[in-house]
Amino acid sequence: MTTALDATHSDPYVQAFPENLPFWEAAAGGQFVLPYCKQCDQTHWHPRALCPTCRSSDLSWRPASGRAQVHSFSIVRRPPTPYVLAYVQIDEGPILMTNIVDCEVDAVYIGMPVEVTFQPTRQGRMAPVFRP
Amino acid sequence: MTYAQSACIVGAYEHPLRYAPDKSVALLHAECAQGALEDAGLAFADVDGYFCSADAPDGIPALMAEYMDLKVTHVDGTESGGCSYISHVGRAARAIEAGECSVALITLAGKPRSSGQATGTELRELSPLRPSSAWEGPYGWTVASVYGNFASRHMHVHGTTSEQLAWVKVAASHHAQHNPHALLRKVYTVQDVLDSPMVADPLHRLDCCVITDGGGALVLAHPDIVRQLKRPVVRVRGMGETVRTQEAGRFDMLQTGAAVSGARAFEAAGLKPADVHYASIYDNFTIMVIMQLEDLGFCPKGEGGRFVADGNLISGVGKLPWNTDGGGLCNNHPQNRGGMTKVIEAVRQLRGEAHPAVQVQNCAVALASGPGMVMGVGHAHATVILERL
Repeated sequence: MTTALDATHSDPYVQAFPENLPFWEAAAGGQFVLPYCKQCDQTHWHPRALCPTCRSSDLSWRPASGRAQVHSFSIVRRPPTPYVLAYVQIDEGPILMTNIVDCEVDAVYIGMPVEVTFQPTRQGRMAPVFRP
Repeated sequence: MTYAQSACIVGAYEHPLRYAPDKSVALLHAECAQGALEDAGLAFADVDGYFCSADAPDGIPALMAEYMDLKVTHVDGTESGGCSYISHVGRAARAIEAGECSVALITLAGKPRSSGQATGTELRELSPLRPSSAWEGPYGWTVASVYGNFASRHMHVHGTTSEQLAWVKVAASHHAQHNPHALLRKVYTVQDVLDSPMVADPLHRLDCCVITDGGGALVLAHPDIVRQLKRPVVRVRGMGETVRTQEAGRFDMLQTGAAVSGARAFEAAGLKPADVHYASIYDNFTIMVIMQLEDLGFCPKGEGGRFVADGNLISGVGKLPWNTDGGGLCNNHPQNRGGMTKVIEAVRQLRGEAHPAVQVQNCAVALASGPGMVMGVGHAHATVILERL
């Protein structure tokens, strides 16, 4: 039986960036982590192994709150089922692209409080998405 | 910099086809090159500098130089998406001024229409090697829905309305009715845009640009050559370019790269937005025109929706004649790359060769500006300011 971790390890998008493997392994276990710089204590998105604020390579992964607000959104009117492409601002600061799930597409609004959850991707890794 | 030193655009050509299933991409490039050289009164043998981008076969300038049998001393394959050709105008001018070449050819061509591409609505799962792919691919993003996010945010922050967005399409359509080659020649009303199907809220189908085959080309030359030609002289007065990043998650999604590329171009030209008689601004989506107008300084930030309303972009009606060929929204968007046609229509306006119904009287200063790639997922921007001598 293929585990979430096996699927993560065989994902070409995971394999292409070995330095980000801890993020995807945490995601496979249902945990949302963020890269924090040990020099300047800043986080960022998407994760890099070089701090974009101070350029230090001394970073570590920390569990995130998982809380965010909808920053903007668009309802993608693709058959068979419309879905929401959104940018959310996580409580830690960064803005990231995601989907809003587990609610009616017409119920989404800017400023809506949401929390992280995970959905499997076609390639195998678990991607963070957000729900009310 | 004086005219004696600076390069000029001497040839411009827009391929008349919008659907070209029976021609190769390489042939379309070559036909555009031929058209622009004939327009200039020059020949392939005169070309010693060649500029192209990823739309050329495999994105390699040498392959097209080989196909056209060019004898070049300078090549540049800089890839900045749809604004590459605006950027190339500045790069070609600098190469000529540096003595690297004396006649520079820039080409663009492609066939997304005949190959059935749904540019704005197809799902994008880009190469795993792209640093942002893993973080965006899973969400089913489409080009239209990324711009839909910007439109939603602009409406939320600045009170912009769907009616104001629609005015951008209305203006483009008023111009396109006079362009016999335009893909869409129907004059649209605000209501037509609002009644068109929703593609990616709040963007309707008519908020989106067309998908076309075809292409275009430009020729720039050294002043010594310009003097021997019989064409009106269009000088490159200023150029700016940039890459607009997401600032590692801390970006203002309502600010486009035009804030940097435009400011640099105006500074280099020693001009300001009020000096511009005609503006070509890349119109992949109606919202992007509004945001760029703000960032270029034609109106304050947040006022773009009110600025474009009531026909203010229609030549002969409004304060800022814009995209008088019908733009990407109605006329042409070859290979999903709008930069080339923006420069071509600016050259037409400066020469007095635009359609009489849309020609700006005494047009002496024009701007061509636009984004490349997709804002929010990797976004370049370039602006040139051109003047008639």
